[in-house]
Amino acid sequence: MTTLLEVNGVSVTFDGFRAINNLSIQIGEPELRAVIGPNGAGKTTFMDIITGKTKPDEGRVLWGDKGASLLGMSESRIAQEGIGRKFQKPTVFEAQTVAENLGMALKQRRGPLRVLFGRDRGSEAERIAAIAAEIGLADQLTRISGELSHGQKQWLEIGMLLAQDPRLLLVDEPAAGMTPAEREHTTDLLKRAAETRAVVVVEHDMEFVRRLDCKVTVLHEGSVLAEGSLDHVTRDQQVIDVYLGR
Amino acid sequence: MRQGFLAKNPSVLWFLLLLALFTLAVTLMAQAGLVSTSLVKTLGKTLCLCLVAVAMDVVWGYCGILSLGHMAFFGLGGYAIGMWLMYARTEAIVAENLAARPIPPTPQEISDAIGSQIFGVVGSSDFPPVWAFAHSLPLQLMAALLVPGLLALVFGWLAFRSRVTGVYLSILTQAMTLALSLYLFQNESGLRGNNGLSGLQNIPGYGHVPQSTISLVFLWASALALGAGYILFAWVVSGRMGSVIRAIRDNEARVRFLGYPVEGFKLFVFTLTAVVAGLAGVLYYPQAGIINPAEVAPIASIYLAVWVAIGGRGRLYGAVIGAAFVSLLSSWFTGGSAPPIDLGVYVIQWTDWWLVLLGLSFVAVTLFAPKGIGGLFDLITARRPVEEERVGDYGPDQGAWRRREGQEEA
Ligand SMILES: Nc1ncnc2c1ncn2[C@@H]1O[C@H](COP(=O)(O)OP(=O)(O)OP(=O)(O)O)[C@@H](O)[C@H]1O
Ligand SMILES: [Mg+2]
Repeated sequence: MTTLLEVNGVSVTFDGFRAINNLSIQIGEPELRAVIGPNGAGKTTFMDIITGKTKPDEGRVLWGDKGASLLGMSESRIAQEGIGRKFQKPTVFEAQTVAENLGMALKQRRGPLRVLFGRDRGSEAERIAAIAAEIGLADQLTRISGELSHGQKQWLEIGMLLAQDPRLLLVDEPAAGMTPAEREHTTDLLKRAAETRAVVVVEHDMEFVRRLDCKVTVLHEGSVLAEGSLDHVTRDQQVIDVYLGR
Repeated sequence: MRQGFLAKNPSVLWFLLLLALFTLAVTLMAQAGLVSTSLVKTLGKTLCLCLVAVAMDVVWGYCGILSLGHMAFFGLGGYAIGMWLMYARTEAIVAENLAARPIPPTPQEISDAIGSQIFGVVGSSDFPPVWAFAHSLPLQLMAALLVPGLLALVFGWLAFRSRVTGVYLSILTQAMTLALSLYLFQNESGLRGNNGLSGLQNIPGYGHVPQSTISLVFLWASALALGAGYILFAWVVSGRMGSVIRAIRDNEARVRFLGYPVEGFKLFVFTLTAVVAGLAGVLYYPQAGIINPAEVAPIASIYLAVWVAIGGRGRLYGAVIGAAFVSLLSSWFTGGSAPPIDLGVYVIQWTDWWLVLLGLSFVAVTLFAPKGIGGLFDLITARRPVEEERVGDYGPDQGAWRRREGQEEA
């Protein structure tokens, strides 16, 4: 396992409020990592920093074998580097069909002229169909995605994440709105993805995290409170005080 | 593209068919004397306006950039072709006059004579540098497309790069077209200030051809350009490219996280539509006969947006319908053909009140029929977009949670 992402001493302040405080985390490749913590701990902001949505006040975010800094890159450049993200609130393009949503996410060159002239290759339809089957939306391909249920939109966004074929998957609360059976399917999917890639999952549901069976990082007030196996962190007195014991 | 682009977009075929029928019908009626030359010109000009409206629809209705400056590109195209038209025609007249002299005129004399003919109105006779290529039709035609394209490229690059969006972008585009029009108003701009360029209906070398024929040629050229532009844009907004463009309109931040360089896409759409607007201007102004700086005044671009809104944005034929309907209605009302309404105490003169009517219709369409006139086609076709209020539903059935409830829960 080599280090794929290194977040080092990062801090973010919103109007004087320190949402991320000297945060340092390393993610390997391949690795499955769960990030837990109370509401407002900074889990989503952590993902915002990696994906370029939020620029930190200080600290470093290094990526890949060469240790390139992500901080100077635009959001689209970071995504092209191989960092895919599923948002906490499912955000799919609601006016477009399931197939169109997946098609846009498919890994391929992203420039305007490439997109304009390199269209409709037969293999893409196959890949879209395969992903749709994986996420249980095979018979919904022509539906407008705005009509899908909350759970289905979650699935669609997970499908878009898989379609991008990223090296690092940032998955923010994937299980919200899903049935127990669907949750199980999601854990399987994430675990399988993590065999070859780095996957970071934010989740509140402890059962879900337990099933992921991986290293856990506990965030609190913008920094790491504890890190280790789930059993290790759940025995930690500080973690019990600020998160589990509430 | 391979699997039948036209087959997947039947509305394109319908549009081309109707356009061909229309052009043919007007031609036949004109030759039978049923349609006057001036009406043919009005219809030809309308086709050019439809073309620039289609471009506007792509940039606004599909990509979500409310540009209120696209008529500047249209006007630049017109100026570029107008310069050649004026130069070449004046040159022919001057050559004829000087030919009567015993000593053949030197090139310098010819040039001076053309200069004083063209720039006499602004008290000058020297050719300003912008006229350097005016003698050449191919060069001016290239300029007609390149100048709007370059202006759009530079403007768009600056604006999109600093992530200016929404109202601020609209205001910037207004400022751009205002600046252009103010610049052209100055005599020093070298484009005859507020006189503009005139006599453009006289095509150099074709002085012997009657206007009734020339008007038909331009009608056909305009129809051809509209048809080609329609196919081009229908292709651009179809498939993956169309998906990304519409996604940028709906949520550009999310598109970035998929790895698409949103600014590049916007710049592409903005520039391409500007070039097509320039082309529409090239065909429009020889039919109009005159171009002056008022043509690129900010209000012109606002009208363009109003046409597209009334026709129905987000569908190309909607833009065509809006531009044709409103601009023809407008020339009917402002041309004095509309009968005044006598209210007893007050007589409504449409030349004065047309703008008020237009403004009210715009507000009414925005409020009560956001899909515009084109929305009527949804009643007869299978196109059923998600209803506005259902976008954001948490479930497929009637009892499903709405977005608000879901957010409260979260
Ligand atoms: N753009 C912003 N402007 C101001 N404050 C922000 C912004 N984004 C996040 N915050 C604040 O930063 C803190 C951390 O937010 P964040 O969304 O990262 O928490 P979280 O751990 O994801 O919580 P949750 O479990 O509720 O999703 C919160 O107090 C939040 O209000
Ligand atoms: Mg969060």
